[in-house]
Amino acid sequence: MNLDNNSSAKAAYWKENIRLIMTLLVIWFVVSFGFGILLVDVLNQIKIFGYKLGFWFAQQGSIYCFVVLIFVYTRKMEALDRKYNLHEDE
Amino acid sequence: MDLQTLTYIVVGLSFALYIGIAFWARAGSTSEFYVAGGGIHPVANGMATAADWMSAASFISMAGLIAFFGYGGTVFLMGWTGGYVLLAMLLAPYLRKYGKFTVPEFIGDRYYSNTARVVAVVCLILASVTYVIGQMKGVGVAFSRFLEVDYDTGLYIGMGIVFLYAVLGGMKGITYTQIAQYCVLILAYTIPAIFISLHLTGNPIPQFGLGGTLAGTDTYLLDKLDQIVQDIGFSEYTTQFRLSMTNTFFYTLSLMIGTAGLPHVIIRFFTVPKVSDARKSAGWALVFIAILYTTAPAVAAMARYNLMNTLEPAPGEYMKYDERPSWFSTWEKTGLLAVEDKNGDGRIHYSANKDENELVKIDNDIMVLANPEIAGLPNWVIALVAAGGLAAALSTAAGLLLAISSAISHDLLKGVFRPDISEKGELMASRITMAFAIMAAGYLGLNPPGFAAGTVALAFGLAASSIFPAVMMGIFSKKINKEGAVWGMVGGIGITLFYVFQHKGIMFIPGTEFLGSMKPNWFFGIEPNAFGAVGAIVNFAIAFAVSKVTAAPPEHIQHIVEDIRVPSGVGSASNH
Repeated sequence: MNLDNNSSAKAAYWKENIRLIMTLLVIWFVVSFGFGILLVDVLNQIKIFGYKLGFWFAQQGSIYCFVVLIFVYTRKMEALDRKYNLHEDE
Repeated sequence: MDLQTLTYIVVGLSFALYIGIAFWARAGSTSEFYVAGGGIHPVANGMATAADWMSAASFISMAGLIAFFGYGGTVFLMGWTGGYVLLAMLLAPYLRKYGKFTVPEFIGDRYYSNTARVVAVVCLILASVTYVIGQMKGVGVAFSRFLEVDYDTGLYIGMGIVFLYAVLGGMKGITYTQIAQYCVLILAYTIPAIFISLHLTGNPIPQFGLGGTLAGTDTYLLDKLDQIVQDIGFSEYTTQFRLSMTNTFFYTLSLMIGTAGLPHVIIRFFTVPKVSDARKSAGWALVFIAILYTTAPAVAAMARYNLMNTLEPAPGEYMKYDERPSWFSTWEKTGLLAVEDKNGDGRIHYSANKDENELVKIDNDIMVLANPEIAGLPNWVIALVAAGGLAAALSTAAGLLLAISSAISHDLLKGVFRPDISEKGELMASRITMAFAIMAAGYLGLNPPGFAAGTVALAFGLAASSIFPAVMMGIFSKKINKEGAVWGMVGGIGITLFYVFQHKGIMFIPGTEFLGSMKPNWFFGIEPNAFGAVGAIVNFAIAFAVSKVTAAPPEHIQHIVEDIRVPSGVGSASNH
């Protein structure tokens, strides 16, 4: 798909961007505030090696997830930039 | 070679490196001074951001705090990393697209108002100055501990080094020194951690060692730690909450939003060439930060275990004072560790019970600083830790000073008072402002105001409640107008300061706490340091409400907003 640089393309691009951000921020919230804080006691019933699972999410897992989330966003946005032909000049 | 000489050599070499970079990376234009010319590779910028971000508090104090808070230390781990997700998705790419030099400049343009710009400058200075005092103290303390010079001398040396590369090189000099400082600090942090993990658990990777078994047994390290801290009356290491679940939630959220709103972090993303680089760079920054932040909880638990084991090698058998290890007596001399043999049996009994406890003082910072000695590592590792602590404090101080001085020279001087100043004039002005900022910060480091202790967390609250909401709404809403933005920032930062002052006194002057009859942490049990998230919510609410009842933003603002939302047509950061 190769749309012109018109305002409807920009609007569609922005809408897709918002949807992507919302999806990723839900994951961001679930792994940190959800697994690491609100549900920590429940997850602590499960043990993986020496880690209680809730504790692992709080002090290790959430940070790994944050890194992955940013790179997923970067990848997806680059695809989106090209799809709507809104990427920067090379 | 003795430790003292070795430390001087290692620290001296690292300083020579920073000064060499300062001369190599002199700034020749305002673009180089404010945004390093805009040509920094995203991975390099990620590394510089990581050094900018990780302060003396991250390097020296955080693992110690976690060692004593246990699970409660999670607020720092998630709070000081999760904000990068917000930064990468909600702020950095769009601000890079807009392509200006400072955060208040964006706020002033988007809200078509010099008032908004000046309010943003005031919020920025409040947050950054609060933060920089802590860094200057960190520089003085690190020098006095490692090099055995007094605190004042240490601070002057630190100021001199920052002066050289920040005044000469501006953002360009700061960026390249921060890359070098990152390498120094991460080596200094991970090498002792690897050896301690290897020694305790047999696994060289601390992140795995933390979940592993103690070497030569089937007992997991964390299980053992839970058990021994409970035996002497503390709460379980892996489950103890900081005050309450609500407080933990808001504290973490405040630190995350504050991270994304701190201007010295945001401006780092103005230095990369493209919008897509700004996104990538946030990811790389977090990778480099995560190396330290996932190691820290391992260092914390292992250091706590080592301490407990030293004090009580077998159940009920406490350490004989005469047989204490040498690191113990070394740190006793600094006053960071103190014992009092209350029952006179010649043994040190560590207990949660205040009447029985004979380890009367143990400073958090020891957990990182004494680690190499506890693990029996050679002297050059101890010297490297000294250089790492100094690198962490200097890199953050320089980043903050640049954010402060560019807000003054670019936003106040050029933006408001002397719009016709030439580029050469502005470059000179920015150097002079930087010099003054360093001296002012040094003065505050030498004469720390009463509130300096523990104010770093407050800086996050101030940034979270003012700058983050204003910038985010400026990108994601076309409806927020200048009245909404100004009142939102004033209201958000106002309520945060109100809550803090109400607890700790106006400007932290004891005796001026008002509403004294209220119970502590009266707002849902949220402590003052965790209040920034509430301030941010107040900011959003006020901005929406005020924008509803006042005139909509003019037509051309809509175009600005539409334009920053897409990457195409990006230029280099410019001086208009």
